[in-house]
Amino acid sequence: MHALTLPAPGHFDEMLLASGAIRPHYQAFANWLHAQTPEHLAKKRAEADLLFHKVGITFAVYGDEAGAERLIPFDTVPRIVPAEDWSMLEAGLRQRVTALNRFLWDIYHGHEIVKAGLIPAEQVFANAQYQPAMQGLDLPHGIYAHITGVDLIRHSDGGYYVLEDNLRVPSGVSYMLENRKMMMRLFPELFARYAVAPVAHYPTLLLNTLRHASTADNPNVVVLTPGPFNSAYFEHAFLAQQMGVELVEGQDLFVKDEFLYMRTTVGPKRVDVIYRRIDDAFLDPLAFRADSMLGVPGLLSVYKQGHVILANAIGTGVADDKSIYPYVPDMIRFYLKEEPILHNVPTWQCRKPADLDHVLAHMAELVVKEVHGAGGYGMLVGPASTQAEVEDFKLRVQANPSNYIAQPTLCLSSCPTFVESGIAPRHLDLRPFVLTGREISMVAGGLTRVALKQGSLVVNSSQGGGTKDTWILES
Amino acid sequence: MLSRTAAQLYWMSRYLERSEDLVRMLDVTHSLSLLPQSRGAMTELAAPLAVTGTLEAYHARHDKLEADKLFNFMALDLENPSSVLSCLKQARENAHAVRGQITAEMWEAINSTWLEGRTLPKRGIPSVSSFFDWVKERSHLFRGATYGTLQRNDAYCFIRLGTFTERADNTARLLDVKSQLIAPAVDTLMPVLAPSDSAPDFYAWSALLRSLSAFEAYHAAYRDSLDGRRVTELLILRPDVPRSLRACCDEIRAILPQIEARPGAADAGREVKQLAGRLALRLEYGAVDEILDAGLHGWLTGFLAESATLGDAIRRAYFEAN
Repeated sequence: MHALTLPAPGHFDEMLLASGAIRPHYQAFANWLHAQTPEHLAKKRAEADLLFHKVGITFAVYGDEAGAERLIPFDTVPRIVPAEDWSMLEAGLRQRVTALNRFLWDIYHGHEIVKAGLIPAEQVFANAQYQPAMQGLDLPHGIYAHITGVDLIRHSDGGYYVLEDNLRVPSGVSYMLENRKMMMRLFPELFARYAVAPVAHYPTLLLNTLRHASTADNPNVVVLTPGPFNSAYFEHAFLAQQMGVELVEGQDLFVKDEFLYMRTTVGPKRVDVIYRRIDDAFLDPLAFRADSMLGVPGLLSVYKQGHVILANAIGTGVADDKSIYPYVPDMIRFYLKEEPILHNVPTWQCRKPADLDHVLAHMAELVVKEVHGAGGYGMLVGPASTQAEVEDFKLRVQANPSNYIAQPTLCLSSCPTFVESGIAPRHLDLRPFVLTGREISMVAGGLTRVALKQGSLVVNSSQGGGTKDTWILES
Repeated sequence: MLSRTAAQLYWMSRYLERSEDLVRMLDVTHSLSLLPQSRGAMTELAAPLAVTGTLEAYHARHDKLEADKLFNFMALDLENPSSVLSCLKQARENAHAVRGQITAEMWEAINSTWLEGRTLPKRGIPSVSSFFDWVKERSHLFRGATYGTLQRNDAYCFIRLGTFTERADNTARLLDVKSQLIAPAVDTLMPVLAPSDSAPDFYAWSALLRSLSAFEAYHAAYRDSLDGRRVTELLILRPDVPRSLRACCDEIRAILPQIEARPGAADAGREVKQLAGRLALRLEYGAVDEILDAGLHGWLTGFLAESATLGDAIRRAYFEAN
């Protein structure tokens, strides 16, 4: 009924073996797919588009005037993860996020890992994301990253690797939740065939995590957004509504007598916890960027007195920086005395002369990224670039080597995806969300992003990527 | 509730109500201009420009008053901040900023209205009356979604407050302009308002009533022919006509005590409640002959000033407190 394009030899596909045989956990889905007419599925996809548009699940693309709001393309073939894979991933994520929080506490206190010689001091203290204002500050329960999004990929060997950790303001969880709602609405019959772990309780876990972050009785939690023009505004509003807390902008908050208040119709109301969705630099024009209209003057001073909690804490960016990333396995060994469960992607640091030589010599085979870059901007995918582009990028790297790292071009796993010509393999990654509160909690799931262009390895929504529902199977 | 959120909910519904009221006004001027006896169609058509204070803006863009250009300017022109589409756009932008406070149904109603509306200038509309009907339908849909799905909390109160503040304002303006167009002598010559048997007046008053969806109410209330005095009474003093000044002010007065307030003298809304109470009582115990004796235009001007004072007080009490 449907022509399934087979994955290229040597690639790992989530559903298909190179022979075209179906992996066991996809068999029931494949049977179902086989029984559907292409017209029926096309109708369902159109229905999904219409619904997403009506609900307004859109995102704004920076610098794109015409398409001020776009839909992230949604693919109706789910990414299915067997239970045993997830239990390994969950253990690995708990371990990794625990170590990252320990690292943040350490570098803002006794610097043990630096003293032990595991990470060069300048990598930490000269890092633009390191916030000297955080030195010596004690946060409740020692938690810095309350919400972490870890980007995982699967290589052609079938193994999972961590591509990057996101400890600042990771986004995308609303798509995880809305994609599931959509799949259940479009194809309820599939959920009778599969025991898919639920994800809908994520906002409850998030609220518990945020409340636990404060030592106040019955803390007042708010979500701080840059406003309706931010690309992730939908998610900010969505999470505030799902948690039943106020969605505030900087202008709604003010500092008085060393406490933080919000302006309400019945006068000022104390704020205890801010789930902030704006970057450090914009939080407080008195302490950071003076031209920021998004933050609250005086917020840092209230924060340093412990009168308000920021989730995530200020200065977490130093731990998810691409120049620190290569050290995460060492952190796990150092703080937890455990071997890492999840592997890093091998990484060359261009600030090291030997690594730089290797990168310059092999750039056409590598992926080169800016150390502080995000969102798929400022990177080179060697094999997908022209000779001229590679040469041009070499000059940029040589001009400022310490600004770049390089990794082998990973062969991201693929999953059958609806495309113009039918169903074909497209590359994907996976971002689970890890919450650190009284204990570490997470829903069994995550955001699967998919590169919709044939052969493309860039899954970011700002670069034309789409999403899929992620099904973690219950054992 | 956050002050900003309250303001945005209030303005969301004011803008939506304004778009509907504007369409009602365009509808009645459109009907009047089609009457053979109309006192020069241009006078009728220019009325909406006068009411919205956009006459100058219109002339900055167009030389002559022409029916097509006027309609485009008032209905579809996004450069005109007072046009129907501009109002829908601002209603939607406010809704976008408070989407956590409104239900999915409300958001979908207002968002899809804008998504469709913004394509109209390019796509064109089949007829002016189909556009009028569309705007009214979308407004009804949003109000219905609000009534049927929103928790009865402060958000609900501020939305309703916006609706009735805007509606009272518009009914008063519409009545003012129409009564002057229909009977320019209304303020000075009472006999003009006496049993009106002339055909043009009949059509003019009925167009006004229809535009305010009050034609049936008139006949149910008076079971008599149309005349200016009774129309005036109906639209100002009847408590059971949803777009009358009395009905709007009764609603405002009833909504205010439901908004969360600090007790006693600390209640920032005290002044608002006093003003609203005074306004509602004046209408409750008012009489149409007193209004006409004083002069309808003068009376309506006074009402609009008080309604503006009330709007100001609402802003100070709820949106700018702290």
